[in-house]
Amino acid sequence: MSNNIYLKKGLNIPIEGKAALNTRKVIAPDIIAVKPSDFRGLVPKLLVKEGEKVLAGTPVMADKMAQDILFASPVSGEVVEVVRGEKRKLLEIRIKADSTQEYVDFGVRKPSELNADGVRKALLESGLWPALVQRPYGVIANPQIKPKAIFVSAFSTAPLAADIEFALRDEFADIQAAINALNKLTDGGIHVSFDARTYSGTPFHKLENIIPHTFSGPHPAGNVGVQIHHISPIRKGETVWTVSMVMLAAIGKLFRTGKYDVRRKIAITGPRAVEPAYVSCVPGMAMKEFAWFYSEPEKLRFISGDALSGTSVGKDGFLGFYDNQVTILKEGNDYEMFGWAKPFRTSQFSSSRTYFSWLTPKKVYDMDTNLHGGPRAFVVSDVYGKVLPMNLFPVYLVKACLAGDIEKMEKYGIYEVLPEDFALCEYVCPSKINIQSIIEDGISLMLKEMA
Amino acid sequence: MNGLRKLVDKVKPTFEKGGKLGFLHSTFDAFETFLFVPNTVTTKGAHIRDCVDLKRVMIMVVISLVPAMLFGIWNTGYQHSLAYGLDWGFWPIVGYGLVKVIPLYLVSYIVGLAIEFTSAQLRGHEVNEGYLVSGMLIPLIVPVDVPLWMLAIAVAFAVIFGKECFGGTGMNIWNPALLTRAFLFFSYPSKMSGDTVWVGGLGAGENAWCGGPVADAFSGATPLANPTMAGLADHGYSLLNMFLGTVPGSVGETSVIAILLGAIILLGTGVASWKIMLSSVIGGLAVGYLGYACGATDLPGYYQLVMGGFLFGTVFMATDPVTSAQTECGKWIYGFLVGALAVTVRIWNPGYAEGMMLAILLMNTFAPLIDHCVISCSISRRAKKVKVAK
Repeated sequence: MSNNIYLKKGLNIPIEGKAALNTRKVIAPDIIAVKPSDFRGLVPKLLVKEGEKVLAGTPVMADKMAQDILFASPVSGEVVEVVRGEKRKLLEIRIKADSTQEYVDFGVRKPSELNADGVRKALLESGLWPALVQRPYGVIANPQIKPKAIFVSAFSTAPLAADIEFALRDEFADIQAAINALNKLTDGGIHVSFDARTYSGTPFHKLENIIPHTFSGPHPAGNVGVQIHHISPIRKGETVWTVSMVMLAAIGKLFRTGKYDVRRKIAITGPRAVEPAYVSCVPGMAMKEFAWFYSEPEKLRFISGDALSGTSVGKDGFLGFYDNQVTILKEGNDYEMFGWAKPFRTSQFSSSRTYFSWLTPKKVYDMDTNLHGGPRAFVVSDVYGKVLPMNLFPVYLVKACLAGDIEKMEKYGIYEVLPEDFALCEYVCPSKINIQSIIEDGISLMLKEMA
Repeated sequence: MNGLRKLVDKVKPTFEKGGKLGFLHSTFDAFETFLFVPNTVTTKGAHIRDCVDLKRVMIMVVISLVPAMLFGIWNTGYQHSLAYGLDWGFWPIVGYGLVKVIPLYLVSYIVGLAIEFTSAQLRGHEVNEGYLVSGMLIPLIVPVDVPLWMLAIAVAFAVIFGKECFGGTGMNIWNPALLTRAFLFFSYPSKMSGDTVWVGGLGAGENAWCGGPVADAFSGATPLANPTMAGLADHGYSLLNMFLGTVPGSVGETSVIAILLGAIILLGTGVASWKIMLSSVIGGLAVGYLGYACGATDLPGYYQLVMGGFLFGTVFMATDPVTSAQTECGKWIYGFLVGALAVTVRIWNPGYAEGMMLAILLMNTFAPLIDHCVISCSISRRAKKVKVAK
């Protein structure tokens, strides 16, 4: 393709534990959880009671602000526990799955025969609407509006990310059906971004009714936010939607089979995963279910998602709604003698040339969760821009977020970013500043003030 | 190794909140983290982090200053020996240099770190590594004979009013080391300028060290005091002398070779910005040749690079990431203006022989403005582009 977008800035993190391209097990769900915390800014409304029977596709909660947005149970079974936190905040709806799965029948529909309202209704009633994420802010899409366009990233560059081609290779027809359906919801078309290196080899380049783009470059070239920035930047007042390939497959299945079927192949990865590989399971799966992938769970961190912007869920936690990857890391709560003063420190990776890991570009590292230093003020100014392939001034945006200055946040581009786009800035920061959570707070402030 | 860890763990409770020496928490923490990378894990955001931290960055700057420091020690002794016609060998020269330079370092670090530790303690922060660099720089940019009490006051002023008042390392507007020098320069001009302050022992009149009189041919003036071809020749300063650094001047600023070694380390490790260094050199050369062309000086532009503190300032002071421009485009502008202004002061202002310090401090002041303009331009340019694309 001629209009390849070449991104120079960024960093591929050489962490060990890439999943081998085989499916080690199909996990029959036991107890799974539906978690409101998977959705940014969601105020949930509970729709089921403990002891109630549900089918796969039965709504279990709704968005209190827009009650037609439903969230469905991924399995059929019985609601065994509703977990609440402080101030009765809803944390998890735990559902014990039956041995045979039954699905709510939403009816097979041909996307080509539906209009926009039909597509919208099908997605809302089935609980698949939350698959659509709105920019700015990364919240669930508002069904009332028509987005400028819909963006899909057909590859991921995040550390150890699941290989989309492998994970979804049997679901081409589903994805095509989903694209046909979503095309009804926007006039701007569906922009799908491919990895330039594998574009001609991937089956997905045959998808129709899309506007294809190719990107090349290190992480975060696969982040949909970065892609939008280069394809069609979001200006104030505009909204675009994003959806992942994994969710497209689920949407396609809804139209082709009439079922809410979110089963997917997920990659179990990370330096502490034993023989990392793929498993087939539903979102909400408990970390305990793949116990043969690890030992000594007390010393480990379980991340639903990738090591940069995933969520730490703990050994008793559950896989997130959008995620198709689990990363297992060692908790780095030990002291390292003379760490920073060692001339070489070859067991650690650094993108900085003050160490020498740039001499061994092929090496992969057993990374842990140690912070490798103490928190400081911003000192070094040029490291952040080198890993952010966006025409923004990261430090200025972060400082505007810290100051809570909405006017400046707008000016510096808060509409175009999500915390995940700043994950690498946070990774390389020698001052150990929690940049992602600062951006998250900034977005929360915007949501509050702009509501 | 484990023994040391056990020892630290044993005394740690004493320094923690509620412990007997709890008020020294920051101090203890500073020493502990000096020996051990702490066991803190990530709690928010990215679960894995790069192993580089500010300690590593700062130590690289300190290492890059070592060649200039070593040469400064030697040159201090060498200039003294030259001034008194002593014909010393290598070791007496180094010995004299050490006797002169070590007290400067002691004062710089003891006063500066004491203030840093105290203020970290008061605020309950961790001690920031920034002063390790400032403390290393300060003795290299003052005349070797500066009275120690003056240096102590200047360091205290720079650290308290130049840095801690703004919130510590990372928040300061001006380079603390240069602020120290500026304080000395304006408060005690007699110890900071003239022909007698740049060579150890000369300021005291008759030499108390060895008893000999000053050698006839020796003036003690720096090359910048007589910035003409004839003036340099009169004092026997050739381009080679100035390149090697065997001329009088502030302790660490004279040797181009030693500074270039430092520059290689800084650029190789990516700690300092090559854009600032390059554009400052370009700025210096441009104005240097402009002055040469219009007859304001008979020294070709490249002389400006090797004389005085130009290169030292360019490599080590202008590139301070906190006080320089932060945007990539701003760095070009900032560096160019540092170099250009420094040479402008040298050539056209008869009041000041050296302009580097003032040029950098002035541009430190304006760096935020440069960044502001660069960012505003970039944002409005992008807004226009998006509109056109629509």
